[in-house]
Amino acid sequence: MSETVYEIRDLRLSFKDLAHKPIFGPAPEIEVLKGLSFDIAKGDVVGVVGGSGSGKSTLGRAMIRLLEPSAGSIRFQGRDITHLDEESLRPLRRKFQMIFQDPMSSLNPRRTVFAIIAAPLRLHGFDQISNRVETALDMVGLPRDFKLRYPHELSGGQRQRIGIARAIATEPEFILADEIVSGLDVSSQAHVLNLLEQLVRDLGLTLAFISHDLSVIRRLCQHTIVLYQGEIVETQQTAELFANPTHSYTRELIDAIPLPNLDQPWV
Amino acid sequence: MAEARAEINRPIGLRLWLSAGWLIALVLTTLLAPVLAPQDPLAQDLFTSRLPPFWIDGSEPGYPLGSDSLGRDVLSRMMYGGRVALSVALIAGTLTCLLGASLGLIAGYFRGWPDIIISRLVDIWMAFPPVLFAILLIAVLGTGLTSIIIAIVVIDWTRFARVVRAEAIGQGAMDYVASAQVAGHRRFGIMAQEILPNVLPTICVLLTLEMGIAVIVEAILSFVNLSISTDQPTWGGMISEGRLSIHQAWWVLVFPLIILFLTVLSFSQLGEGLKDRFDPVLK
Amino acid sequence: MSFLTINNLSAHIGKRKILRDVSLSVQAGEVCGLVGESGAGKSMIGKAVLGTLPRAIIATGGEIILDGENLQDLTPTQRRQVIGAKTALIPQDPLTALNPSRRVGAQITNRLVDILGWSKSAAQHRALDLLGEVQINDPERVMLCYPHELSGGMRQRLLIAAAFAAEPRLIIADEPTTALDVTVQKQILRLIKEMQNRYGTALLFVTHDLGVVAKVCQSLLVLYEGMVLERTTVQDFFTGPLHPYSRALLETTPKYTDPTGSLTPIPPQILDAVRAEIVAYDQAHAHV
Repeated sequence: MSETVYEIRDLRLSFKDLAHKPIFGPAPEIEVLKGLSFDIAKGDVVGVVGGSGSGKSTLGRAMIRLLEPSAGSIRFQGRDITHLDEESLRPLRRKFQMIFQDPMSSLNPRRTVFAIIAAPLRLHGFDQISNRVETALDMVGLPRDFKLRYPHELSGGQRQRIGIARAIATEPEFILADEIVSGLDVSSQAHVLNLLEQLVRDLGLTLAFISHDLSVIRRLCQHTIVLYQGEIVETQQTAELFANPTHSYTRELIDAIPLPNLDQPWV
Repeated sequence: MAEARAEINRPIGLRLWLSAGWLIALVLTTLLAPVLAPQDPLAQDLFTSRLPPFWIDGSEPGYPLGSDSLGRDVLSRMMYGGRVALSVALIAGTLTCLLGASLGLIAGYFRGWPDIIISRLVDIWMAFPPVLFAILLIAVLGTGLTSIIIAIVVIDWTRFARVVRAEAIGQGAMDYVASAQVAGHRRFGIMAQEILPNVLPTICVLLTLEMGIAVIVEAILSFVNLSISTDQPTWGGMISEGRLSIHQAWWVLVFPLIILFLTVLSFSQLGEGLKDRFDPVLK
Repeated sequence: MSFLTINNLSAHIGKRKILRDVSLSVQAGEVCGLVGESGAGKSMIGKAVLGTLPRAIIATGGEIILDGENLQDLTPTQRRQVIGAKTALIPQDPLTALNPSRRVGAQITNRLVDILGWSKSAAQHRALDLLGEVQINDPERVMLCYPHELSGGMRQRLLIAAAFAAEPRLIIADEPTTALDVTVQKQILRLIKEMQNRYGTALLFVTHDLGVVAKVCQSLLVLYEGMVLERTTVQDFFTGPLHPYSRALLETTPKYTDPTGSLTPIPPQILDAVRAEIVAYDQAHAHV
């Protein structure tokens, strides 16, 4: 019986709508996550898909506690992390990491690759930092002498791989990938996704993959959660989801994908 | 098009060389003034009054840029005056930068209450007319180098705070900051390691700009005799005196004016030149 | 009769070549796709036609013939007039393409009134009609909105309306759906196709997504580092592209209908072969 890495129950998150704040009184709240419940088992690769405004990024950030939920609970490896303060969260943070979407803004332009990957290692008191950085670079298939380079000297695909190296350096158990290939062209995309697949296998990682691209999710993820306006409308084994989508929004998403062939009746 | 910028052949920083060169020459000259100055800047001699600069008839060898109506050598007075100008520039500039940039960083990165307090402070502070504020402060603190420096810092820190705060807010939105938070870094550490290096180029430009401004403020204050005690020469003081004899001895006004202009210009160009040089992104 | 012909257009920035002898032709009313990975130079071609190349990029050699006129032969003023009257742009990012401090209605009528000399009321009418054509409900209200008050999809519709406002003969669409999510993309692509049909406008469609090309374009060019590798009809391309790079590109594109297919990146041998072609080209043209 594989253990559960994440147990999410009735997760709710609201933001203050400062744009519509009246002069006197508090700003109205916008509810972005409206009561989500799901589990993620160890070793699973879960896709989280939805359009803009679905709340998928917010969900991801809530799961790794970049944001604090308004209600509901998040249990990571059995421990309730819903409202833990930063001090208590800090030692846990090396176990869950995140890879970001924009290869341009996810790496500090004024630090070397070495410094970028080493930073979380130093923070959590790892030893042999130099070795670990080199190992991380090896695992993402980049030459070791990249550690002296600056981000602007690398291509988008290479920068994403540095982002991955940084995420795996602390030997985490869970990784959140937030639209990590959306800004890349198809070839770089394929490289990065292959790498991710391989790392999940080799390192025994659990992965949550947020994307709006169903074609990628189809290939990479065993389970898929479909979000629409802050609610889960369907959660299913990926193959089954494509074969027999139950919710109309799922069907809409699938139909909207332009396939690179001339048979699909579309426009 | 950052790649584009890196690929165009960069001309050797001519302005960097010129401005740095001028400022270094100025610093050396003022430091070595006791050795280099042809005359004692305070020595009055009515027999040598209003001598013209060396290329005009009637000049004398010991007074290369001429003398003023009290017979004091213009060049020597400019050298000693430079000491005042540069000390104010370097000290006041640096202190203003430290105070303003720190507050700006804290406000911009931490947001929340620190930001509210600091921003309100900046707004209220900037509502005072700067020159009047300076004169008021000097009236309270008395004249002297320290008072000028305090006056400049107290008035101008807001310039740094505003700009640095805006930059810090922009940087705070970057994913690499979020990444550092995910990793578990403490907020103060993130501010120092992730935000500050990316705001440093702007701070660098502002710092040298501030130095130029400090020179001007000192000149204004010495022009109205509110600077250091009146016998020490200052560029502003020389300009003020030079006004009175502008028809008989134009050089007493013109040379300090030119020096003032070149020095302030050099400071601002130095900032621009240095910023590009030390930015790894543009290499 | 070809509406737009580009012959042997090259461009470089400093020592790096951006475009290598690009030639293409677009017939009146035709939709031609410019496909390639990022950095292939596809946006630059559109910018060269519109005269909006960044200053650091220098176009050399070659000619751009728009509706029979060679743009090189015209004075800058004449060129601007011709481009302004006959072409338009649908940009990639609807957020940065709109002025955040002006109401959107003004941004559509602005061009008509200031540059083409329409009367304000005529321009207003046209704008309202256009908003209806792009299927925006409640056009009177939307006209008065600011860009940040509208969704990404709405903003893109607005930009499409603005592009078609003066009935241009050629539109450059620079990755117009890349910033949109997939359901909105479908609506926008449909809309572009409809409008293009209705007005008979030629369309130069820049994209990196082969799926989009299949739905919208009639012909396409495949670019790599500024060099045209293949130039063909969409029909021929999807039944069997000629160039090995094109074939690899098609293979690499993930298709949800084929879950077992591996996410194969483009094989290094093919990339090496293409780069060799480019090196050969550069050497042959080194003396220029």
